[in-house]
Amino acid sequence: MEITLNWYLALGVVLFTLGVLGVLFRRNAIVILMSVELMLNAVNLTLVALSQAMGDVSGQVLVFFVISVAAAEAAVGLAIVIALFRKKVTVDVGAFNLFKY
Amino acid sequence: MNHTTLVGLILLLPLAGAVFNGLGGLAFRGLRQQKGLIGIVATLAVAVPFGLTLYLFFNYEGEPLLARFFTWIAAGELELSFQYRIDELSLVMTLIVTGVGALIHLYSIGYMHEDRGYWKYFSYLNLFIFMMLNLVLADNLVLLFLGWEGVGLCSYLLIGFWYEDFKNSEAANKAFIVNRVGDAAFLLAMFLLFREVGSLDFGALLADPASLPSGVVAVAVLLLFIGATGKSAQIPLFVWLPDAMAGPTPVSALIHAATMVTSGLYLFARISPLALAAPDVLMVIALVGALTAFMAATIAITQYDIKKALAYSTVSQLGYMFMAAGVGAFFVSIFHVMTHAFFKACLFLGSGSVIHAMHHVEHKLQERGHHGHLDPQDMRNMGGLGRFMPATRTTYLIATLAIAGFPLTAGFFSKDEILFKAFEYGYNGYAYAWIAWILGVVTALLTAFYMMRSYVLTFEGTPRWPMADQVHPHESPATMTLPLWVLAVLSLVGGFVGLPGVIAHGEWNLIHHYLGASGGGPVAEPELPAHVPLAIEWALIGLGVAVALTGLYWSWSAYRRHGLAYDEVLRQRFGVLYRVWAAKYYWDEFYDRIVVQPLLRFARYGLAVFDQKVIDGAVNGMARLMVGIGQRVRRVQTGVVQAYAMAIVLGVALVLALMLFG
Repeated sequence: MEITLNWYLALGVVLFTLGVLGVLFRRNAIVILMSVELMLNAVNLTLVALSQAMGDVSGQVLVFFVISVAAAEAAVGLAIVIALFRKKVTVDVGAFNLFKY
Repeated sequence: MNHTTLVGLILLLPLAGAVFNGLGGLAFRGLRQQKGLIGIVATLAVAVPFGLTLYLFFNYEGEPLLARFFTWIAAGELELSFQYRIDELSLVMTLIVTGVGALIHLYSIGYMHEDRGYWKYFSYLNLFIFMMLNLVLADNLVLLFLGWEGVGLCSYLLIGFWYEDFKNSEAANKAFIVNRVGDAAFLLAMFLLFREVGSLDFGALLADPASLPSGVVAVAVLLLFIGATGKSAQIPLFVWLPDAMAGPTPVSALIHAATMVTSGLYLFARISPLALAAPDVLMVIALVGALTAFMAATIAITQYDIKKALAYSTVSQLGYMFMAAGVGAFFVSIFHVMTHAFFKACLFLGSGSVIHAMHHVEHKLQERGHHGHLDPQDMRNMGGLGRFMPATRTTYLIATLAIAGFPLTAGFFSKDEILFKAFEYGYNGYAYAWIAWILGVVTALLTAFYMMRSYVLTFEGTPRWPMADQVHPHESPATMTLPLWVLAVLSLVGGFVGLPGVIAHGEWNLIHHYLGASGGGPVAEPELPAHVPLAIEWALIGLGVAVALTGLYWSWSAYRRHGLAYDEVLRQRFGVLYRVWAAKYYWDEFYDRIVVQPLLRFARYGLAVFDQKVIDGAVNGMARLMVGIGQRVRRVQTGVVQAYAMAIVLGVALVLALMLFG
């Protein structure tokens, strides 16, 4: 069978969903950051697939923006994790609940 | 100066005095020591209006003058303004209020001189004059009521002037609360009249009483009378007046003798056209007045406190005035208001002079080591004061003769006129007037008796206070004795404005022609076709003289000879009756049992419980509910970021679903 656009979109959905589930349910801060990256990459994949399918290169241009933002955001996120680790020698997000009632 | 400016000045000067002494004294502590300034400002604030009123009086041309200032209430059909009316009736009342008021202010300068609250006293007294003037000059019933309530307020403030003694505050409360009962009736009357007439201006209310349904007029007049029984101390709402003696004596003279308590009579003179349209209510008024006069006189015989005796005397004389109103002789009730103001103020101020002197005696006794309380108002501690206080004694005697109705004094003319009018009304077929007349004659005898008793026990005989040979009282200063003399002279000559009908067929009854409708005045009069024959009229005058002289002589000789011991004779002769009189007919005990205690119980066990359990319960319960909700809602904040992220995701999913499928 032929690999049509829908396959790529489906892949994007699956990857995105996995990323969301990871953000919501994993307790390790690093894993959560990885899941965020996964979500961003899923979006990139979707953008490129649609760009190819519609013949408009704007999608691929947007991908460049997303990649750079993702990189910056990963740097900042890791810096935050390091700061938290310095406070509480753990990366378990369940341990950071100062906002608890 | 036009009349509107004059009326404005007459009203505002006392108010300005009150504000100056009141707010000034509050703000500037130094002012409170300037007793000379305070006294002069306060007295001028009343004396100048008296002068202005005299000017208006002499320039009055017979047509009522209206002075309108501004609109007060304009709501739908109801339109009320601050509008004042100058006519014969309001001029007479204003002259009495400002004239006697100024004299009493002057007297107070001496009497209250050592009091710490001197400035407050004069502020309240000026405020009272302002309110009273509003009452007597008002051109509509609501403005009158404003003055009515205002004088009640000032009465409360002044009765409770020495509030550090709780008993005085209780007396002030009693006065205000009992008056409130009457005021409720007054309000109902106003509602009724407004609904029927559509306006509360006197011009509209009194224009055509015959056109109003008689039932409504009767109920309204009856309600106004109930209001008057409160303010003017008649049965059943008189119980506050004897207690009001707790206030300074000049206050008793001004408010509870000469002016405030006569408000009810002024009200009835003003609404006389309406009142005449309610003959059944007039009967009630006359009988209540006569009964009150008699009852109060019997109580006065038994009193040892000089002020209480005068208080019951006032209640009794007010009863006479209502008796006159109840037989349609409204102008006579105003005549008696005037003469009563003269002699009763003289008597009260005289008693104040005596009390002042007895205070000094008490001080001197304490200096000499005599301990034990000497009540300066108790006549049992007095006696023989005439030797030491000649001016007080002479003026008190003159006023006593006047109130007893000694021939040619002011009281003789006004009281005999009341009795004659009652007789004449009965002669014209109204049988109830005979009952009132008989009660009036008996009361006249009692009045002469108890007033002479108070004179003799105070001023004659041998002194009864301890160390009387060494400790002597002295006469009061001129600021106090001058008003006494002025009032005594007025008590002698003040009656000549109302010479009875036997003289020149009533042509020299000046006050009748001035106030009465027959002479163009505002006070209505009934049609009385049957004329009492001249011979009977002379006989009635003779009866009045006989009664007065009998009462005076009996009391004079009995108390001169036996002193206090004569009271024992009365006790023996009247037995149970005397006990009832001395116990004031148990009115206070009756009210306490029937009204006060049930109300207090209801408040303590009913309303208080309701307030604590239900009202507080609801408010606190509401607060607890909010806290409970808060406790539960806060659990959403787990502090776990992923939970918040979950919420966002669910929200996005919901929105998408709505967008795609909604």
